[in-house]
Amino acid sequence: MLDRFMQSRLRGLVILALILIILPAFLGNPFHYELVTQIAIIAATVVGLNLLVGFAGQISLGHAGFFGLGAYFTGIATGTYGWSSIPALLVGAILVGIVAWIVGRPILRLKGHYLSMATLAVGFIIAIILNNERALTGGPDGMPVPPFEVFGWELSAFGRYSLFGLDIEGFQAWYIFASVVLLVAVWFALNLIESPIGRALRSVHGSEVAASVVGVNTAKYKSLVFVISAIYASLMGGLYAHFQGFITPAVASFEFSILLITMVVLGGMGSTFGVILGAVVLKLLPQVLADFQELETVMFGLILMMTMIFMPKGLLPTLTAIVSKRIRKKAGGEA
Amino acid sequence: MTALVEVKGLDKAFGGVHAVEGVSFAVEAGQVYSVIGPNGAGKTTLFNLITGLYIPSKGQILLNGENTTRLEPNQLAERGMCRTFQQMQICMNMTAIENVMLGRHLQLKSSLFTTLFRLPSLRRNEAAAHKRAADLMEYVGCGDYLEAEATAMSYGALKRLEIARALAAEPKVILLDEPAAGLNATETAALEELIGKIAEQGITVMLVEHDMKLVMGISDRLLVLNYGRVLAEGTPEEIRQNPDVIAAYLGG
Repeated sequence: MLDRFMQSRLRGLVILALILIILPAFLGNPFHYELVTQIAIIAATVVGLNLLVGFAGQISLGHAGFFGLGAYFTGIATGTYGWSSIPALLVGAILVGIVAWIVGRPILRLKGHYLSMATLAVGFIIAIILNNERALTGGPDGMPVPPFEVFGWELSAFGRYSLFGLDIEGFQAWYIFASVVLLVAVWFALNLIESPIGRALRSVHGSEVAASVVGVNTAKYKSLVFVISAIYASLMGGLYAHFQGFITPAVASFEFSILLITMVVLGGMGSTFGVILGAVVLKLLPQVLADFQELETVMFGLILMMTMIFMPKGLLPTLTAIVSKRIRKKAGGEA
Repeated sequence: MTALVEVKGLDKAFGGVHAVEGVSFAVEAGQVYSVIGPNGAGKTTLFNLITGLYIPSKGQILLNGENTTRLEPNQLAERGMCRTFQQMQICMNMTAIENVMLGRHLQLKSSLFTTLFRLPSLRRNEAAAHKRAADLMEYVGCGDYLEAEATAMSYGALKRLEIARALAAEPKVILLDEPAAGLNATETAALEELIGKIAEQGITVMLVEHDMKLVMGISDRLLVLNYGRVLAEGTPEEIRQNPDVIAAYLGG
C-alpha cells in the first residue's frame, strides 16, 4: 500500500500538500504568512520557468518581464479600469502569451542559446516601458493595486473571512489561496511533463535530431513551452500584484529574472519539486542574511556558480541521491 | 510500380568539397537496400540528405512519388520515414522506454487541455503506447532494460533501443546508419536476424554498413559509393563481381 503510493506519480504533490497544510502551525505572525505566500506565488512562477529551462533546455533571462507585464496588466485593468480580477488575469496571460510567441517563434527555429539573448532584451524593454509610461504605470514610484475580487467578493490581506465556520485573517486566507494555486500549478506541470507533449519537450533537450526524425516539430514545441512558461509568469505576476496591493517596476527587473533562473538552477533543473525548494531557499536567504543586503546580487551569482560546479543536478536531486544511497547501503549492510 | 524512395541527380557540396555528386538510384518497397563504400565516400551524407537533415545543393528526392527534397525531418517522419544514427542519438535525460515511446509521437496527438487535466483518453493512449514500446524493446532484444534509465544501458543495447524507437513510429522505410559499428560477432548476428525480421514485416530497410558479410547476406540490392559518386549498383552477386568495386576495395 505505502509502497504503491511511493511509486505513484502524484506522491510529490501529496507531500507538498501535506507540508502546506502543516506549515501554518509554524507561522507565528502576519509577516511569516506574507513571506510564505510570496514564496508560493514565486515558486509557481519558477515551476513554469522550469518547464522551459529544465525540460526543454531553453534559457529565458527575461521571465521577470512576463511576470511584471502580468502584474501591471492586472493592476491597470482592475485599478484604473475597474475590471474584475479573473478576466484581468486571463486577458493579461493571453497578451503575454502572444508577446512570448512573437518573440520566441522566429528565434526558436535556431538551435542554441539565442533565446536567452532575445529574452534578455525583451525583459529590459518591458522594464523600461513600465518605468517610463508614468501616466499608466506610475513610473518608478509604482502603483497601487486593488485586492483580488471575484463577483464582488474581495480577498484582501487585511480582511476577515470565515472558512467552514472557522474565522481566519485575510493573510491566512491568502496563504490558503496561494497554496491551492501552487498545487494546481504543480499538478499541471507534472501532467504536462508526463505526456506526449512533455516527452517531445524533453527530447528537444536530450537530442533535437532524434526528436525531429521521429516527427517532433522541434520549433513548434519550443515555442509552445516558452509561451506556457510565460503564461505561468503572467498569471503569477497578476496574483502577486493583488496580494502585495502595490507594485513597482522592480517586479520586471533583470535582477528578478536572474533570481528566478537561479532558483531553477539551485533547486534542480528538470525537478519540479526541486525548483520549489530553490524558491524557498533563495527567498529565505535574504531574511537570514539581512545584514549583507548590498551583497545580495553577488551572493546569488556565487550560488549560481557553486551549484553549477558542485551540484550540477541541483539541490533536491543531489539530496535525494545521497539519501537513497544511504538507504540502499543500510539495506545492503543488513542483508 | 513506382519506387518507394527515388533519388535523382543528388549533389551536396560543403564549400568546394563534393560529398555527394550526381547520385541517382531507386529503392523498391520491401527491399533491403544497402549503401556501401570506403570511409568518406559520402554514405552518411547521402542518408542525411534523404532524411532532411541536409538540404541538397542539386537534385531531387522522391518518397512514394512525392517530391520531398526540401522537407524537414519531422515532415518526412509524417510521411513514413525514420532512421537511426551512426553517432547514436538517444535522449539521455529520459528512461529507455520513454525513448521508445517518443517514437510514438505522431500516433499520440493530444490537445493541451487533455494533457493539463490528464483526461482518461490520454491515460489510455499512454498505457497503450507504453505496452507497445515494451513489446518493441523485447522485439529488438533489449527487454532487460524496461525499467532502466537510458544512461544505464550498454552501447549495444542503446543501438537496439534506437532501432526500437524508429520502429515505434511505424515507418514505411527505416534508414539504419552503421547499426553494426562497434558490435561484436554475436551482437552482429543478432542484428542481422533483427533486420531480417523488420524486412519480413514489409518495412523497407536502407542500410549503411561496413560489415561486408552482414551486407552481402541480407541486402536485395546495393549501392557502392566512392568519392561521392556511384561506383556500382546491383544485386550482391553483381557487386561482388564488379571489377570497379574490387579495385576500389582492394586497391588493385
